[in-house]
Amino acid sequence: MIRVVLPAHLKVLARVSSEVTLDLTGPVTQRAVLDALEARYPMLAGTIRDHDTQRRRPFVRLYACEEDLSHDPPDAPLPARVASGDEPLLVVGAMAGG
Amino acid sequence: MSRVRVLVGTRKGAFVLSSDGKRERWTVAGPFFGGWEIYHMKGSPADPDRLYASQSSGWFGQVVQRSKDGGRTWETVGNKFSYDGTPGTHQWYDGTPHPWEFKRVWHLEPSQTDPDVVHAGVEDAALFRSKDGGQTWEELSGLRGHGSGPKWQPGAGGMCLHTILFNPADPERIVIAISAAGAFRSDDSGATWRPINRGLKSAQIPDPEAEVGHCVHHIASHPSRPNVLFMQKHWDVMRSDDGGDSWREVSGNLPSDFGFAIDVHAHEPETIYVVPIKSDSEHYPPDGKLRVYRSRTGGNEWEPLSKGLPQQDCYVNVLRDAMAVDSLDSCGIYFGTTGGQVYRSVDGGDSWAPIVRHLPAVLSVEVQTLP
Repeated sequence: MIRVVLPAHLKVLARVSSEVTLDLTGPVTQRAVLDALEARYPMLAGTIRDHDTQRRRPFVRLYACEEDLSHDPPDAPLPARVASGDEPLLVVGAMAGG
Repeated sequence: MSRVRVLVGTRKGAFVLSSDGKRERWTVAGPFFGGWEIYHMKGSPADPDRLYASQSSGWFGQVVQRSKDGGRTWETVGNKFSYDGTPGTHQWYDGTPHPWEFKRVWHLEPSQTDPDVVHAGVEDAALFRSKDGGQTWEELSGLRGHGSGPKWQPGAGGMCLHTILFNPADPERIVIAISAAGAFRSDDSGATWRPINRGLKSAQIPDPEAEVGHCVHHIASHPSRPNVLFMQKHWDVMRSDDGGDSWREVSGNLPSDFGFAIDVHAHEPETIYVVPIKSDSEHYPPDGKLRVYRSRTGGNEWEPLSKGLPQQDCYVNVLRDAMAVDSLDSCGIYFGTTGGQVYRSVDGGDSWAPIVRHLPAVLSVEVQTLP
């Protein structure tokens, strides 16, 4: 079970009030988690990653285990504690805009 | 008795203002989608309870919302706006080629006849259409592909397609406008397009009478005379009597011929409204006085309308999609400001009163006249 914490605006969009949990069968990577997230919550498609390029949107960051994973390759394994469900993957709206 | 519903898009959410036909007492619903920019909301003429809203954010991109109950509840629909084929390039601010990149939906225009059909004008400028109530979108790529696209350049607000006008007398005719490319027309339901900018003069571009490159801010028309078009350009108020084939200036005695919004009285096709704005770069009313100007002669001769509007220390702007009219017997005129006020007039503009005073900056105002 993978745990994902969404920023407030995306919680509202997805109509969830707390962290979401996802079941993955294959390797636990950014791409796999976000694919599963968008499959469960289609309204989130395009809000974290660009529809066409699948690149992370510039002001969205991905943190876990006190590390900034935003620049990691999308197919790199996420930390073991995320894969085990001990730690959540944090989707964060960057502080920007003054 | 008839009712009106005013759909207000702001920098921080959407609001729905409702009143009976007297338009004196109002209820305010919202904010919907709090914290998101709502560039535009509009209802379907074929089903007034079907609304569409463009919701966007610098962080999370574009979302499209749909309501089937007049704005009480909303559901997300499709937000995938993929340019047809290889997007190609337009001009960047420095004149270099820049790839087309989708940023947001500026304007949603539902079909006159089918609530599931809606057009979207987007930045970077392109026209999309959905035939399934907003679930999926396809580009009408003949617009970008007709040949002048590589010469288009963004205005200060971005390269946005902000105006979509259907022609009730000729359903295959569509007029659109892009800042800062100009106006374009299709006579085959959006398959092919051509620029319609003859007569526009823009001193800010190298060839003031170029085929494209004009910063058109908004175009309005009256449904009974759809080939008469009124345009607020970056500078100049313009008029066309031939569907955009040619334009002539009708700025007349306006204190500033710069502005964004323009609209036409619901029952008097030669009565038009603008809000003159001081520019370049100030973008507030001349002399700190918020005045709507009305022409009853289709332009050239303008009168200021100031009763009920602030006449000192007012430095708000009225953006291009932030003026609308209702179709009650005594035509109501509405506009919103970047200061968060929405004003209404129930006497064709002779007098004004605020419906709300303290919303976030208003980006768009649309009005539905309901039975």
